[in-house]
Amino acid sequence: MPDLRELYQELILEHSKAPRNYRPLAGANRKAEGYNPLCGDHFTIYVQTSGDSIQDISFQGSGCAISKASASMMTQSLKGKTRQQAKELFEHFHQTVTGAKNGDSADLGKLSVFAGVAEFPTRVKCATLAWHTLEAALEGKQDPVSTE
Amino acid sequence: MTKLLRMPSNRGQAAAHDVAPGFDVERVRADFPILQKRVRGRDLVYLDNAATSQKPKAVIEAITRYYESDNANIHRGVHHLSERATAEFEAARKSLQIFLNARHVEEIVFVRGTTEAINLVAQTYGRANVLAGDEVVITALEHHSNIVPWQMLCEERGAKLRIVPINDDGELILEEFHRLLGPRTKIVAVSHVSNALGTVNPVPDIVQMAHARNIPVLIDGAQATPRLAVDVQTLDCDFYAFSGHKSYGPTGIGALYGKANLLEAMPPYQGGGDMIRSVTFERTTYNKIPHKFEAGTPDVSGAVGLNAALEYLNGLGMGNIAAHEAELLAYATDAVSAIPGIRLIGTAKERAGVLSFVMDGVHPHDIGTILDQEGIAIRTGHHCAQPVMERFGIDATARASFGLYNTKREIDALVRGIHKVKGVFA
Repeated sequence: MPDLRELYQELILEHSKAPRNYRPLAGANRKAEGYNPLCGDHFTIYVQTSGDSIQDISFQGSGCAISKASASMMTQSLKGKTRQQAKELFEHFHQTVTGAKNGDSADLGKLSVFAGVAEFPTRVKCATLAWHTLEAALEGKQDPVSTE
Repeated sequence: MTKLLRMPSNRGQAAAHDVAPGFDVERVRADFPILQKRVRGRDLVYLDNAATSQKPKAVIEAITRYYESDNANIHRGVHHLSERATAEFEAARKSLQIFLNARHVEEIVFVRGTTEAINLVAQTYGRANVLAGDEVVITALEHHSNIVPWQMLCEERGAKLRIVPINDDGELILEEFHRLLGPRTKIVAVSHVSNALGTVNPVPDIVQMAHARNIPVLIDGAQATPRLAVDVQTLDCDFYAFSGHKSYGPTGIGALYGKANLLEAMPPYQGGGDMIRSVTFERTTYNKIPHKFEAGTPDVSGAVGLNAALEYLNGLGMGNIAAHEAELLAYATDAVSAIPGIRLIGTAKERAGVLSFVMDGVHPHDIGTILDQEGIAIRTGHHCAQPVMERFGIDATARASFGLYNTKREIDALVRGIHKVKGVFA
Protein backbone atom coordinates (compact mmCIF):
# COMPACT_ATOMS: atom_id res chain seq x y z
CA MET A 1 0.00 0.00 0.00
CA PRO A 2 1.41 3.39 -0.99
CA ASP A 3 2.47 5.58 1.89
CA LEU A 4 1.15 9.13 2.07
CA ARG A 5 4.40 10.30 3.60
CA GLU A 6 6.18 9.21 0.43
CA LEU A 7 3.94 11.53 -1.57
CA TYR A 8 3.66 14.47 0.78
CA GLN A 9 7.33 14.80 1.70
CA GLU A 10 8.33 17.69 3.95
CA LEU A 11 10.14 19.47 1.15
CA ILE A 12 7.09 19.20 -1.14
CA LEU A 13 4.76 20.56 1.54
CA GLU A 14 7.18 23.35 2.28
CA HIS A 15 7.44 24.41 -1.38
CA SER A 16 3.66 24.21 -1.83
CA LYS A 17 3.17 26.59 1.09
CA ALA A 18 6.01 28.96 0.19
CA PRO A 19 6.71 28.57 -3.52
CA ARG A 20 10.02 29.96 -4.83
CA ASN A 21 10.31 32.21 -7.90
CA TYR A 22 6.61 32.85 -7.62
CA ARG A 23 6.26 36.07 -9.60
CA PRO A 24 5.90 37.35 -13.14
CA LEU A 25 9.22 37.85 -14.90
CA ALA A 26 9.70 41.31 -16.40
CA GLY A 27 12.52 40.27 -18.72
CA ALA A 28 10.85 37.04 -19.89
CA ASN A 29 11.18 36.36 -23.60
CA ARG A 30 9.27 33.10 -23.37
CA LYS A 31 6.08 32.23 -21.60
CA ALA A 32 3.48 29.45 -21.67
CA GLU A 33 0.34 28.45 -19.86
CA GLY A 34 -0.46 25.05 -18.38
CA TYR A 35 -4.02 24.15 -17.48
CA ASN A 36 -5.58 20.95 -16.20
CA PRO A 37 -9.27 21.87 -16.21
CA LEU A 38 -10.50 18.71 -14.44
CA CYS A 39 -8.42 19.50 -11.34
CA GLY A 40 -8.35 23.25 -11.83
CA ASP A 41 -4.53 23.42 -11.83
CA HIS A 42 -3.48 26.51 -13.74
CA PHE A 43 0.09 27.86 -14.08
CA THR A 44 2.02 30.31 -16.20
CA ILE A 45 5.75 29.69 -16.63
CA TYR A 46 8.02 32.64 -17.52
CA VAL A 47 11.51 32.09 -18.94
CA GLN A 48 14.29 34.50 -19.82
CA THR A 49 16.75 32.85 -22.17
CA SER A 50 20.01 34.08 -23.53
CA GLY A 51 21.39 32.05 -26.37
CA ASP A 52 21.06 28.50 -25.22
CA SER A 53 20.88 29.15 -21.51
CA ILE A 54 18.02 29.72 -19.09
CA GLN A 55 18.99 32.97 -17.38
CA ASP A 56 15.91 33.26 -15.21
CA ILE A 57 12.66 31.39 -14.71
CA SER A 58 9.55 31.99 -12.62
CA PHE A 59 5.93 30.93 -12.36
CA GLN A 60 2.51 31.95 -11.11
CA GLY A 61 -0.85 30.23 -10.73
CA SER A 62 -2.78 27.89 -8.53
CA GLY A 63 -3.08 24.18 -8.04
CA CYS A 64 -2.63 21.26 -5.67
CA ALA A 65 0.38 20.80 -3.42
CA ILE A 66 2.10 18.43 -5.85
CA SER A 67 1.74 20.64 -8.92
CA LYS A 68 2.73 23.80 -7.09
CA ALA A 69 5.76 22.27 -5.38
CA SER A 70 6.81 20.72 -8.67
CA ALA A 71 6.68 24.10 -10.42
CA SER A 72 8.56 25.77 -7.58
CA MET A 73 11.35 23.20 -7.42
CA MET A 74 11.60 23.08 -11.21
CA THR A 75 12.34 26.81 -11.35
CA GLN A 76 15.01 26.39 -8.66
CA SER A 77 16.75 23.55 -10.42
CA LEU A 78 16.78 25.07 -13.92
CA LYS A 79 18.18 28.52 -13.35
CA GLY A 80 21.49 28.77 -15.25
CA LYS A 81 20.99 25.45 -17.06
CA THR A 82 21.15 25.01 -20.84
CA ARG A 83 18.09 23.96 -22.80
CA GLN A 84 19.66 20.58 -23.41
CA GLN A 85 20.27 20.10 -19.68
CA ALA A 86 16.68 21.10 -18.95
CA LYS A 87 15.43 18.60 -21.48
CA GLU A 88 17.50 15.80 -19.96
CA LEU A 89 16.39 16.67 -16.46
CA PHE A 90 12.74 16.59 -17.55
CA GLU A 91 13.24 13.17 -19.13
CA HIS A 92 14.81 11.87 -15.97
CA PHE A 93 12.12 13.47 -13.79
CA HIS A 94 9.37 12.02 -15.97
CA GLN A 95 10.82 8.51 -15.78
CA THR A 96 11.04 8.83 -12.01
CA VAL A 97 7.49 10.04 -11.36
CA THR A 98 5.98 7.48 -13.73
CA GLY A 99 7.99 4.71 -12.10
CA ALA A 100 9.71 3.84 -15.39
CA LYS A 101 13.05 4.17 -13.63
CA ASN A 102 13.92 4.05 -9.97
CA GLY A 103 16.95 4.12 -7.79
CA ASP A 104 19.62 6.30 -9.40
CA SER A 105 18.02 9.55 -8.30
CA ALA A 106 21.33 11.22 -7.56
CA ASP A 107 21.31 13.31 -10.78
CA LEU A 108 17.85 14.58 -9.90
CA GLY A 109 19.11 16.24 -6.74
CA LYS A 110 16.30 17.62 -4.60
CA LEU A 111 13.78 16.68 -7.30
CA SER A 112 14.10 13.07 -6.21
CA VAL A 113 11.54 13.81 -3.47
CA PHE A 114 8.93 13.37 -6.23
CA ALA A 115 9.78 9.67 -6.59
CA GLY A 116 6.80 8.88 -4.32
CA VAL A 117 4.41 10.13 -7.02
CA ALA A 118 5.00 6.89 -8.93
CA GLU A 119 2.86 5.10 -6.32
CA PHE A 120 -0.03 7.48 -7.07
CA PRO A 121 -0.67 7.20 -10.82
CA THR A 122 -3.51 9.76 -10.75
CA ARG A 123 -1.09 12.40 -9.50
CA VAL A 124 1.55 12.05 -12.26
CA LYS A 125 -0.31 14.70 -14.25
CA CYS A 126 0.06 17.12 -11.33
CA ALA A 127 3.80 16.57 -10.99
CA THR A 128 4.49 16.98 -14.70
CA LEU A 129 2.25 19.94 -15.58
CA ALA A 130 4.91 22.63 -14.93
CA TRP A 131 7.52 20.69 -16.89
CA HIS A 132 5.32 20.22 -19.95
CA THR A 133 4.47 23.90 -19.74
CA LEU A 134 8.16 24.81 -19.64
CA GLU A 135 8.78 22.65 -22.69
CA ALA A 136 6.02 24.53 -24.54
CA ALA A 137 7.50 27.87 -23.46
CA LEU A 138 10.95 26.92 -24.76
CA GLU A 139 9.48 25.67 -28.03
CA GLY A 140 7.42 28.83 -28.41
CA LYS A 141 4.02 27.02 -28.48
CA GLN A 142 0.99 29.25 -28.13
CA ASP A 143 -1.75 26.88 -27.01
CA PRO A 144 -2.16 26.10 -23.31
CA VAL A 145 -0.64 22.78 -22.29
CA SER A 146 -2.57 20.07 -20.43
CA THR A 147 -1.43 16.80 -18.88
CA GLU A 148 -4.95 15.43 -18.35
CA MET B 1 -46.77 35.59 -8.07
CA THR B 2 -45.11 37.28 -5.10
CA LYS B 3 -46.26 34.43 -2.92
CA LEU B 4 -44.67 31.99 -5.33
CA LEU B 5 -41.43 33.90 -5.32
CA ARG B 6 -41.17 33.85 -1.58
CA MET B 7 -42.26 30.31 -0.95
CA PRO B 8 -40.81 27.65 -3.21
CA SER B 9 -43.13 24.73 -2.78
CA ASN B 10 -42.31 21.08 -2.60
CA ARG B 11 -45.03 19.78 -4.84
CA GLY B 12 -43.81 16.78 -6.79
CA GLN B 13 -41.13 15.96 -4.23
CA ALA B 14 -41.28 13.60 -1.31
CA ALA B 15 -41.96 15.23 2.01
CA ALA B 16 -39.61 14.27 4.82
CA HIS B 17 -42.41 12.95 6.99
CA ASP B 18 -43.25 10.23 4.45
CA VAL B 19 -41.18 7.81 6.48
CA ALA B 20 -42.40 4.32 6.97
CA PRO B 21 -40.66 2.83 9.97
CA GLY B 22 -38.24 0.03 9.34
CA PHE B 23 -35.74 1.42 6.82
CA ASP B 24 -32.81 -0.63 8.00
CA VAL B 25 -29.63 0.71 6.45
CA GLU B 26 -27.51 -2.25 7.58
CA ARG B 27 -29.89 -4.66 5.85
CA VAL B 28 -29.82 -2.48 2.74
CA ARG B 29 -26.01 -2.48 2.70
CA ALA B 30 -25.99 -6.26 2.51
CA ASP B 31 -27.75 -5.96 -0.88
CA PHE B 32 -24.70 -4.24 -2.43
CA PRO B 33 -21.80 -6.65 -3.05
CA ILE B 34 -19.25 -3.87 -3.64
CA LEU B 35 -19.86 -2.43 -0.17
CA GLN B 36 -18.43 -5.63 1.31
CA LYS B 37 -15.11 -4.90 -0.42
CA ARG B 38 -12.11 -3.42 1.28
CA VAL B 39 -10.18 -0.63 -0.41
CA ARG B 40 -6.53 -0.01 0.46
CA GLY B 41 -6.93 -2.32 3.42
CA ARG B 42 -9.93 -0.46 4.80
CA ASP B 43 -13.70 -0.72 4.60
CA LEU B 44 -14.89 1.13 1.51
CA VAL B 45 -16.67 4.39 2.34
CA TYR B 46 -18.31 5.29 -0.94
CA LEU B 47 -19.31 8.97 -0.98
CA ASP B 48 -19.25 9.60 -4.72
CA ASN B 49 -22.88 8.75 -5.43
CA ALA B 50 -23.53 11.90 -7.43
CA ALA B 51 -21.02 10.57 -9.98
CA THR B 52 -22.56 7.11 -10.05
CA SER B 53 -24.30 4.86 -7.58
CA GLN B 54 -23.34 1.30 -6.70
CA LYS B 55 -25.62 -1.53 -7.87
CA PRO B 56 -27.66 -3.91 -5.76
CA LYS B 57 -27.30 -7.63 -6.34
CA ALA B 58 -30.78 -7.69 -7.87
CA VAL B 59 -29.57 -5.49 -10.75
CA ILE B 60 -26.39 -7.47 -11.35
CA GLU B 61 -28.32 -10.76 -11.29
CA ALA B 62 -31.05 -9.49 -13.61
CA ILE B 63 -28.46 -8.65 -16.26
CA THR B 64 -26.81 -12.06 -15.92
CA ARG B 65 -30.16 -13.84 -16.05
CA TYR B 66 -31.13 -11.88 -19.18
CA TYR B 67 -27.95 -12.86 -21.01
CA GLU B 68 -28.14 -16.46 -19.83
CA SER B 69 -31.72 -17.08 -20.80
CA ASP B 70 -33.44 -14.33 -22.81
CA ASN B 71 -30.93 -12.53 -25.03
CA ALA B 72 -32.08 -11.67 -28.56
CA ASN B 73 -32.69 -8.54 -30.59
CA ILE B 74 -35.99 -6.80 -29.99
CA HIS B 75 -38.96 -5.69 -32.13
CA ARG B 76 -37.71 -7.91 -34.96
CA GLY B 77 -37.79 -11.66 -34.73
CA VAL B 78 -40.83 -13.87 -34.52
CA HIS B 79 -38.86 -16.39 -32.53
CA HIS B 80 -39.30 -17.15 -28.86
CA LEU B 81 -36.24 -15.36 -27.51
CA SER B 82 -36.93 -12.19 -29.48
CA GLU B 83 -40.42 -12.13 -28.04
CA ARG B 84 -39.06 -12.51 -24.53
CA ALA B 85 -36.38 -9.84 -25.00
CA THR B 86 -38.95 -7.43 -26.47
CA ALA B 87 -41.31 -8.08 -23.58
CA GLU B 88 -38.55 -7.43 -21.03
CA PHE B 89 -37.47 -4.21 -22.75
CA GLU B 90 -41.04 -2.91 -22.88
CA ALA B 91 -41.67 -3.99 -19.29
CA ALA B 92 -38.78 -1.73 -18.25
CA ARG B 93 -40.41 1.15 -20.10
CA LYS B 94 -43.66 0.47 -18.24
CA SER B 95 -41.84 0.42 -14.90
CA LEU B 96 -40.18 3.74 -15.63
CA GLN B 97 -43.55 5.24 -16.63
CA ILE B 98 -44.90 4.24 -13.23
CA PHE B 99 -41.74 5.36 -11.42
CA LEU B 100 -41.94 8.87 -12.90
CA ASN B 101 -45.75 8.79 -12.99
CA ALA B 102 -45.93 9.63 -16.70
CA ARG B 103 -49.47 9.57 -18.10
CA HIS B 104 -48.61 7.33 -21.09
CA VAL B 105 -46.00 4.63 -21.55
CA GLU B 106 -45.03 5.99 -24.98
CA GLU B 107 -43.87 9.18 -23.28
CA ILE B 108 -40.75 7.27 -22.14
CA VAL B 109 -37.94 7.28 -24.74
CA PHE B 110 -34.91 5.13 -23.93
CA VAL B 111 -31.54 6.83 -24.38
CA ARG B 112 -28.07 6.40 -22.89
CA GLY B 113 -28.57 8.85 -20.05
CA THR B 114 -29.42 12.44 -19.17
CA THR B 115 -26.77 13.82 -21.51
CA GLU B 116 -28.30 12.09 -24.50
CA ALA B 117 -31.82 13.00 -23.37
CA ILE B 118 -30.92 16.70 -23.34
CA ASN B 119 -29.08 16.48 -26.65
CA LEU B 120 -32.12 14.76 -28.15
CA VAL B 121 -34.39 17.64 -27.16
CA ALA B 122 -31.89 20.29 -28.29
CA GLN B 123 -31.38 18.59 -31.66
CA THR B 124 -35.04 17.86 -32.40
CA TYR B 125 -37.39 20.19 -30.54
CA GLY B 126 -34.67 22.83 -30.39
CA ARG B 127 -33.73 22.81 -34.07
CA ALA B 128 -37.38 22.83 -35.07
CA ASN B 129 -38.36 25.70 -32.81
CA VAL B 130 -35.35 27.88 -31.96
CA LEU B 131 -34.61 30.37 -34.73
CA ALA B 132 -32.30 33.36 -35.18
CA GLY B 133 -32.87 35.92 -32.44
CA ASP B 134 -34.71 33.46 -30.17
CA GLU B 135 -33.59 32.71 -26.65
CA VAL B 136 -32.93 29.63 -24.52
CA VAL B 137 -32.95 30.08 -20.75
CA ILE B 138 -30.75 27.91 -18.52
CA THR B 139 -29.28 28.56 -15.06
CA ALA B 140 -25.90 29.25 -13.48
CA LEU B 141 -26.21 25.90 -11.63
CA GLU B 142 -26.16 23.60 -14.62
CA HIS B 143 -23.91 20.64 -15.33
CA HIS B 144 -22.01 20.99 -18.62
CA SER B 145 -24.47 18.52 -20.14
CA ASN B 146 -27.27 21.05 -19.69
CA ILE B 147 -25.16 23.93 -21.03
CA VAL B 148 -23.22 22.71 -24.06
CA PRO B 149 -26.11 21.15 -26.07
CA TRP B 150 -27.94 24.50 -25.83
CA GLN B 151 -24.81 26.46 -26.63
CA MET B 152 -24.32 24.35 -29.77
CA LEU B 153 -27.95 24.89 -30.75
CA CYS B 154 -27.77 28.65 -30.16
CA GLU B 155 -24.57 28.94 -32.14
CA GLU B 156 -26.08 27.04 -35.05
CA ARG B 157 -29.28 29.10 -34.99
CA GLY B 158 -27.94 32.52 -34.08
CA ALA B 159 -30.00 32.36 -30.90
CA LYS B 160 -29.08 33.65 -27.47
CA LEU B 161 -28.38 31.67 -24.31
CA ARG B 162 -29.67 33.46 -21.21
CA ILE B 163 -28.46 32.46 -17.75
CA VAL B 164 -30.49 32.70 -14.53
CA PRO B 165 -28.05 33.83 -11.80
CA ILE B 166 -27.67 32.29 -8.33
CA ASN B 167 -27.17 33.93 -4.94
CA ASP B 168 -24.28 33.32 -2.52
CA ASP B 169 -26.05 30.30 -1.05
CA GLY B 170 -26.29 28.69 -4.49
CA GLU B 171 -30.03 29.28 -4.93
CA LEU B 172 -31.63 30.45 -8.14
CA ILE B 173 -32.79 34.05 -8.05
CA LEU B 174 -36.38 33.53 -9.17
CA GLU B 175 -37.05 37.26 -9.74
CA GLU B 176 -34.24 37.21 -12.31
CA PHE B 177 -35.66 34.06 -13.88
CA HIS B 178 -38.99 35.77 -14.24
CA ARG B 179 -37.32 38.81 -15.76
CA LEU B 180 -35.41 36.70 -18.32
CA LEU B 181 -38.57 35.07 -19.71
CA GLY B 182 -39.60 37.00 -22.78
CA PRO B 183 -41.44 36.73 -26.09
CA ARG B 184 -38.33 35.21 -27.72
CA THR B 185 -37.79 32.53 -25.04
CA LYS B 186 -38.36 29.16 -26.76
CA ILE B 187 -37.38 26.74 -24.02
CA VAL B 188 -36.23 26.67 -20.40
CA ALA B 189 -33.77 23.97 -19.23
CA VAL B 190 -32.98 23.60 -15.55
CA SER B 191 -31.63 20.95 -13.19
CA HIS B 192 -33.93 19.53 -10.54
CA VAL B 193 -31.03 19.08 -8.09
CA SER B 194 -27.60 20.66 -8.65
CA ASN B 195 -24.79 18.10 -8.92
CA ALA B 196 -22.13 20.52 -7.70
CA LEU B 197 -23.96 22.11 -4.75
CA GLY B 198 -26.99 19.93 -4.04
CA THR B 199 -29.44 22.82 -4.38
CA VAL B 200 -33.01 21.57 -4.94
CA ASN B 201 -34.54 24.00 -7.40
CA PRO B 202 -38.18 25.10 -7.04
CA VAL B 203 -39.19 23.26 -10.18
CA PRO B 204 -42.99 23.62 -9.77
CA ASP B 205 -42.64 27.41 -9.56
CA ILE B 206 -40.27 27.49 -12.52
CA VAL B 207 -42.66 25.42 -14.62
CA GLN B 208 -45.60 27.58 -13.63
CA MET B 209 -43.81 30.82 -14.49
CA ALA B 210 -42.65 29.48 -17.87
CA HIS B 211 -46.04 27.99 -18.72
CA ALA B 212 -47.68 31.33 -18.01
CA ARG B 213 -45.83 32.41 -21.17
CA ASN B 214 -46.38 29.09 -22.99
CA ILE B 215 -42.71 28.22 -22.78
CA PRO B 216 -41.89 24.51 -22.41
CA VAL B 217 -39.54 23.37 -19.63
CA LEU B 218 -36.94 20.60 -19.61
CA ILE B 219 -35.81 19.29 -16.23
CA ASP B 220 -32.44 17.56 -15.81
CA GLY B 221 -33.30 14.94 -13.21
CA ALA B 222 -29.93 13.17 -12.96
CA GLN B 223 -29.43 14.01 -9.27
CA ALA B 224 -33.11 14.05 -8.30
CA THR B 225 -34.43 10.59 -9.22
CA PRO B 226 -32.03 8.68 -6.93
CA ARG B 227 -33.12 10.62 -3.87
CA LEU B 228 -36.55 12.24 -4.31
CA ALA B 229 -39.89 10.84 -5.40
CA VAL B 230 -40.45 12.47 -8.78
CA ASP B 231 -43.89 12.87 -10.33
CA VAL B 232 -43.71 14.43 -13.78
CA GLN B 233 -47.46 15.05 -13.93
CA THR B 234 -47.46 16.99 -10.68
CA LEU B 235 -44.33 18.90 -11.73
CA ASP B 236 -46.08 19.46 -15.08
CA CYS B 237 -42.68 19.73 -16.83
CA ASP B 238 -42.61 19.11 -20.59
CA PHE B 239 -39.41 17.06 -20.65
CA TYR B 240 -37.62 15.21 -17.86
CA ALA B 241 -34.15 13.70 -18.36
CA PHE B 242 -33.48 10.50 -16.40
CA SER B 243 -30.23 8.65 -15.81
CA GLY B 244 -30.24 4.95 -14.88
CA HIS B 245 -26.77 4.61 -13.42
CA LYS B 246 -27.26 7.34 -10.83
CA SER B 247 -30.46 5.60 -9.69
CA TYR B 248 -28.79 2.27 -8.84
CA GLY B 249 -29.23 0.87 -12.37
CA PRO B 250 -26.53 0.04 -14.92
CA THR B 251 -24.55 2.56 -16.98
CA GLY B 252 -25.60 3.13 -20.58
CA ILE B 253 -29.35 3.34 -20.01
CA GLY B 254 -31.49 6.37 -19.28
CA ALA B 255 -34.64 7.96 -20.57
CA LEU B 256 -36.26 11.09 -21.82
CA TYR B 257 -39.78 11.71 -20.60
CA GLY B 258 -41.67 14.02 -22.95
CA LYS B 259 -45.32 14.99 -23.12
CA ALA B 260 -46.89 12.94 -25.90
CA ASN B 261 -48.12 15.89 -27.94
CA LEU B 262 -44.62 17.43 -27.99
CA LEU B 263 -42.89 14.15 -28.86
CA GLU B 264 -45.42 13.55 -31.67
CA ALA B 265 -44.65 16.91 -33.23
CA MET B 266 -40.87 16.61 -32.96
CA PRO B 267 -38.73 15.46 -35.88
CA PRO B 268 -36.80 12.20 -35.33
CA TYR B 269 -33.36 12.23 -33.69
CA GLN B 270 -31.09 9.61 -35.23
CA GLY B 271 -31.95 7.63 -38.36
CA GLY B 272 -31.73 3.86 -38.57
CA GLY B 273 -33.52 0.63 -37.83
CA ASP B 274 -36.55 0.49 -35.53
CA MET B 275 -37.33 4.22 -35.87
CA ILE B 276 -39.01 3.74 -39.26
CA ARG B 277 -42.33 2.43 -40.49
CA SER B 278 -41.26 1.94 -44.10
CA VAL B 279 -38.23 2.85 -46.15
CA THR B 280 -37.82 3.29 -49.90
CA PHE B 281 -35.09 5.29 -51.59
CA GLU B 282 -37.68 7.93 -52.34
CA ARG B 283 -39.29 8.24 -48.95
CA THR B 284 -39.19 7.04 -45.37
CA THR B 285 -42.10 7.17 -42.98
CA TYR B 286 -41.29 7.18 -39.32
CA ASN B 287 -42.43 4.91 -36.56
CA LYS B 288 -44.76 6.16 -33.82
CA ILE B 289 -43.48 7.48 -30.50
CA PRO B 290 -41.40 6.47 -28.63
CA HIS B 291 -39.80 4.25 -31.29
CA LYS B 292 -39.35 7.21 -33.64
CA PHE B 293 -36.51 8.31 -31.34
CA GLU B 294 -34.93 4.90 -30.77
CA ALA B 295 -32.83 4.10 -33.84
CA GLY B 296 -30.67 0.99 -33.71
CA THR B 297 -30.45 -1.84 -31.23
CA PRO B 298 -30.86 -0.32 -27.77
CA ASP B 299 -29.22 -1.36 -24.51
CA VAL B 300 -31.67 -4.17 -23.77
CA SER B 301 -29.71 -5.66 -20.88
CA GLY B 302 -29.38 -2.14 -19.47
CA ALA B 303 -33.15 -1.73 -19.54
CA VAL B 304 -33.56 -5.10 -17.81
CA GLY B 305 -31.08 -4.02 -15.13
CA LEU B 306 -32.84 -0.68 -14.78
CA ASN B 307 -36.15 -2.42 -14.27
CA ALA B 308 -34.60 -4.40 -11.42
CA ALA B 309 -33.23 -1.17 -9.93
CA LEU B 310 -36.65 0.51 -10.04
CA GLU B 311 -38.23 -2.51 -8.42
CA TYR B 312 -35.55 -2.35 -5.72
CA LEU B 313 -36.18 1.36 -5.09
CA ASN B 314 -39.94 0.82 -4.99
CA GLY B 315 -39.41 -1.94 -2.45
CA LEU B 316 -37.54 0.43 -0.15
CA GLY B 317 -39.86 3.36 -0.89
CA MET B 318 -38.59 6.66 -2.29
CA GLY B 319 -40.04 8.46 0.73
CA ASN B 320 -37.87 6.35 3.05
CA ILE B 321 -34.81 6.92 0.89
CA ALA B 322 -35.43 10.69 0.81
CA ALA B 323 -35.84 10.79 4.59
CA HIS B 324 -32.72 8.70 5.20
CA GLU B 325 -30.60 10.87 2.92
CA ALA B 326 -31.99 14.10 4.39
CA GLU B 327 -30.93 12.90 7.83
CA LEU B 328 -27.45 11.97 6.56
CA LEU B 329 -27.03 15.32 4.82
CA ALA B 330 -28.05 17.27 7.91
CA TYR B 331 -25.66 15.21 10.06
CA ALA B 332 -22.79 15.64 7.57
CA THR B 333 -23.43 19.36 7.15
CA ASP B 334 -23.20 19.93 10.92
CA ALA B 335 -20.16 17.69 11.37
CA VAL B 336 -18.10 18.96 8.44
CA SER B 337 -18.91 22.65 8.80
CA ALA B 338 -17.85 22.46 12.48
CA ILE B 339 -14.26 21.65 11.43
CA PRO B 340 -12.16 24.85 11.58
CA GLY B 341 -10.85 25.95 8.19
CA ILE B 342 -13.65 24.27 6.23
CA ARG B 343 -16.05 26.32 4.13
CA LEU B 344 -19.18 24.80 2.60
CA ILE B 345 -19.89 25.78 -1.00
CA GLY B 346 -23.63 25.69 -1.54
CA THR B 347 -25.74 26.46 1.51
CA ALA B 348 -29.20 26.55 -0.04
CA LYS B 349 -32.16 26.06 2.28
CA GLU B 350 -33.36 23.17 0.11
CA ARG B 351 -30.50 20.76 -0.52
CA ALA B 352 -30.21 17.08 -1.33
CA GLY B 353 -27.48 14.50 -1.56
CA VAL B 354 -24.40 16.69 -1.93
CA LEU B 355 -21.94 18.33 0.46
CA SER B 356 -19.37 20.48 -1.38
CA PHE B 357 -16.55 22.12 0.54
CA VAL B 358 -13.15 23.77 0.39
CA MET B 359 -10.39 23.87 2.99
CA ASP B 360 -8.05 26.74 3.83
CA GLY B 361 -4.61 26.20 2.28
CA VAL B 362 -5.34 22.71 0.90
CA HIS B 363 -6.33 22.00 -2.69
CA PRO B 364 -9.33 19.62 -3.08
CA HIS B 365 -7.20 17.21 -5.10
CA ASP B 366 -4.89 16.70 -2.11
CA ILE B 367 -7.94 16.16 0.12
CA GLY B 368 -9.16 13.49 -2.32
CA THR B 369 -5.83 11.62 -2.38
CA ILE B 370 -5.48 11.57 1.40
CA LEU B 371 -9.10 10.44 1.95
CA ASP B 372 -8.57 7.72 -0.67
CA GLN B 373 -5.81 6.29 1.49
CA GLU B 374 -8.47 5.89 4.19
CA GLY B 375 -10.75 4.01 1.78
CA ILE B 376 -13.02 7.05 1.41
CA ALA B 377 -14.14 7.84 -2.15
CA ILE B 378 -15.15 11.44 -2.82
CA ARG B 379 -15.03 13.56 -5.96
CA THR B 380 -12.70 16.51 -6.32
CA GLY B 381 -12.59 19.03 -9.13
CA HIS B 382 -15.12 21.19 -10.90
CA HIS B 383 -17.81 18.46 -11.16
CA CYS B 384 -18.51 19.34 -14.82
CA ALA B 385 -19.89 22.64 -13.58
CA GLN B 386 -17.13 25.15 -14.25
CA PRO B 387 -19.49 28.16 -14.27
CA VAL B 388 -20.56 27.25 -10.72
CA MET B 389 -16.89 27.22 -9.60
CA GLU B 390 -16.35 30.57 -11.30
CA ARG B 391 -19.39 32.02 -9.52
CA PHE B 392 -17.80 31.17 -6.17
CA GLY B 393 -14.31 32.25 -7.28
CA ILE B 394 -12.74 28.81 -6.79
CA ASP B 395 -11.08 26.25 -9.07
CA ALA B 396 -12.54 23.15 -7.50
CA THR B 397 -14.30 21.69 -4.48
CA ALA B 398 -14.21 18.45 -2.56
CA ARG B 399 -17.62 16.82 -2.84
CA ALA B 400 -19.09 14.11 -0.66
CA SER B 401 -22.37 12.80 -2.08
CA PHE B 402 -24.64 10.34 -0.37
CA GLY B 403 -26.68 7.30 -1.32
CA LEU B 404 -29.34 5.18 0.30
CA TYR B 405 -26.72 2.82 1.80
CA ASN B 406 -24.55 5.44 3.52
CA THR B 407 -24.43 5.67 7.30
CA LYS B 408 -23.56 8.20 10.00
CA ARG B 409 -20.64 5.94 10.84
CA GLU B 410 -19.25 6.65 7.35
CA ILE B 411 -19.69 10.37 7.84
CA ASP B 412 -17.72 10.07 11.08
CA ALA B 413 -14.99 8.38 9.00
CA LEU B 414 -15.10 11.31 6.56
CA VAL B 415 -14.68 13.76 9.43
CA ARG B 416 -11.71 11.77 10.80
CA GLY B 417 -10.24 11.75 7.28
CA ILE B 418 -10.55 15.52 6.98
CA HIS B 419 -8.72 15.89 10.30
CA LYS B 420 -6.00 13.66 8.88
CA VAL B 421 -5.72 15.98 5.86
CA LYS B 422 -5.28 18.86 8.26
CA GLY B 423 -2.59 16.88 10.05
CA VAL B 424 -0.61 16.31 6.85
CA PHE B 425 -0.75 19.98 5.92
CA ALA B 426 -0.34 21.36 9.44
